[in-house]
Amino acid sequence: MNAIEVKDLVKSYGSYQAVKGISFSVKEGEVYGLIGPNGAGKTTTLRVLSTLLEVTSGSIMVHGVDLREKPEDVRKIISYLPEDAGAYKHLKGREYLKFIAQFFAEGKEAEVLVARGLEIANLGERIDDKVETYSKGMARRLLVARALMIKPKLAILDELTSGLDVLNAQEIRKVVKSYAAQGTTMLLSSHNMLEVELLCDRIALIDDGKIVAEGTPEELKRKYSANNIEEVFVRAVKE
Amino acid sequence: MSNLSKIAKKEIKEMLTPSTLVPIIIIAIIFASLGDMMGGVEDELSEEQKIAVIMNDEGALGAIAYSVFDQGAEIVYNGTSVQEALDTLEDTDGTSLFIISSDFTENILSNQTGNITVYWMMKGAGIMDSVPSAAASSLLSNVDTTIAATLISYDMSDNASIILDPTSYTETTVFKGKEMDGISPTTIASVLSQQSLVMPLIVMMVIIYSGSIVISSMGTEKENKTLETLLTMPIRRTSIVFGKLLGAAVVGLIMAVIYMIGMSYYYSGLLGSSTVDLASYGMTLDLLDYTLIGISLFAALVSGLGLCMIMGIFAKNYKAAQTMTMPITFLAMIPMLATMLTDFDTLPLFAQVVLFAIPFSHPMIAMRALMFDDYTLVLSGIAYSLIFALVTMFIAVYLFRKDILLTGKVSRTDKKTGFPLIDMMLGMAKKRK
Repeated sequence: MNAIEVKDLVKSYGSYQAVKGISFSVKEGEVYGLIGPNGAGKTTTLRVLSTLLEVTSGSIMVHGVDLREKPEDVRKIISYLPEDAGAYKHLKGREYLKFIAQFFAEGKEAEVLVARGLEIANLGERIDDKVETYSKGMARRLLVARALMIKPKLAILDELTSGLDVLNAQEIRKVVKSYAAQGTTMLLSSHNMLEVELLCDRIALIDDGKIVAEGTPEELKRKYSANNIEEVFVRAVKE
Repeated sequence: MSNLSKIAKKEIKEMLTPSTLVPIIIIAIIFASLGDMMGGVEDELSEEQKIAVIMNDEGALGAIAYSVFDQGAEIVYNGTSVQEALDTLEDTDGTSLFIISSDFTENILSNQTGNITVYWMMKGAGIMDSVPSAAASSLLSNVDTTIAATLISYDMSDNASIILDPTSYTETTVFKGKEMDGISPTTIASVLSQQSLVMPLIVMMVIIYSGSIVISSMGTEKENKTLETLLTMPIRRTSIVFGKLLGAAVVGLIMAVIYMIGMSYYYSGLLGSSTVDLASYGMTLDLLDYTLIGISLFAALVSGLGLCMIMGIFAKNYKAAQTMTMPITFLAMIPMLATMLTDFDTLPLFAQVVLFAIPFSHPMIAMRALMFDDYTLVLSGIAYSLIFALVTMFIAVYLFRKDILLTGKVSRTDKKTGFPLIDMMLGMAKKRK
């Protein structure tokens, strides 16, 4: 069974069509990347898949659950990390993880989730400081921890390392890789072509709301006679 | 253009937005309508008062008193029956009945005060309501002055205190079917205003405070980008909506208790000096009344919070949320000012409908209404507020499931009528089918 099965997905905002009938599927445990220029429809696709936005037309199955019919069931198995997500600033890092964990488990089980979150965040003593005192990198690590500590069946990660320095970005990518290896399906979008090449098993190039190319990084590089995904991206968009 | 004017132009452009202008315009409209209301009362004062006079004295001074009444007001009844006089005043919107005692002239001439019994027809207990009857009372001082002048001119008395104050009067106020002896409408209005001022103030403060908590909470969640996380977690939309409302309601009620404690000390200080005990006139509240006031306050609070939640859904950030508290503030201020100045019963029908439609009015109206056992008004107000609260919460939960929560605007494809709320209702109905 595929982790994600998207068929002819259309998403409109009024008369503007942001996503124009895209179809793709992601296997369980796969890391699938969406890349494309600004306004191509990546974030809209991720927001629809994370049940934030309504589907205009088309169908989406997440681990066999029809997203349009049972969005609340989909929410039980996914975790969404928005590009510019924030945490409650008045809470301390540890309190924030506890707050989130209580919606997924109780008692000892919740403690296990928090312990996992603390390990992923790796903020040392700063975990007991208020979120409002965190740097951008620290806050992002806390949010990645929040997204992955529950071991979701599907993690939807929008611009995973946006605005982070190289060291922070590398650490977060390592965490994502390790959780993907443990079976979590990852759907991510990024402007960082290196990141996409390093992380993704397969990539879809979106332009103007449509998927214009799809395949493994190697397949795409061959198809576009490119040395890297950045070149693939430029050639695919210009075609 | 100088740098100074460039900066000033930018600042003005930033600050002079519809969201800053509209509240000021609304305040201006409210004050203008208050001015009209005051003007209305002044017009009423300038109109000739309608009074009834029962003349039991056959003496000259009684006749002088009668002629003063006749010159200063329109006498709509001059028979001998008190009940008929009161009925006539009721029918003709009259203000007072003066009964000149049979020994009026005789008493004054024998150096005793001549007695006039006064029945005041009180229409409402607002500050403005007691003004017309207060104006009619000036007739009594005219009677005093004229009789004093007569006594001096004709050398009819050498008692200085009688010349200075030849008449005395006993007064009874008739208000909402109750006859209250020895008390004037002004005193009743003053005591009732002091007592019923607490509730409007508390309701207004609580609604504004807890309402802004809800709206700001939505604005902050959007600004800090925490809402998206919350919405993708396995939490029912109703739990999010009710959780936010419950939090704000608890904080609002804590606020109400603090205000009530403060106000009760304030008024116990004020009323401590008052010699009027309204309970002796049957104007008292029992446990059932206080329970109804509590329910009315709760229903108004939940209605307000539901309304604020809907507005918060449209707030894009914290700043926008702050300006969205303005309409709620005005909605709370309108009934507060109205109930302070006038009585619900004395308002024109249109104003009554408007006031009834604002759910915050009901706990403000409830205290005074219950003092006069007007349970129909209070119970219908509670029923309306609860229905209003349910509808707003239903809409809030519905909107929480829609794109509008994140986009802050209604999708253009969803627009059919041009009125977003109607379109939304149509959409809901269509979905149910």
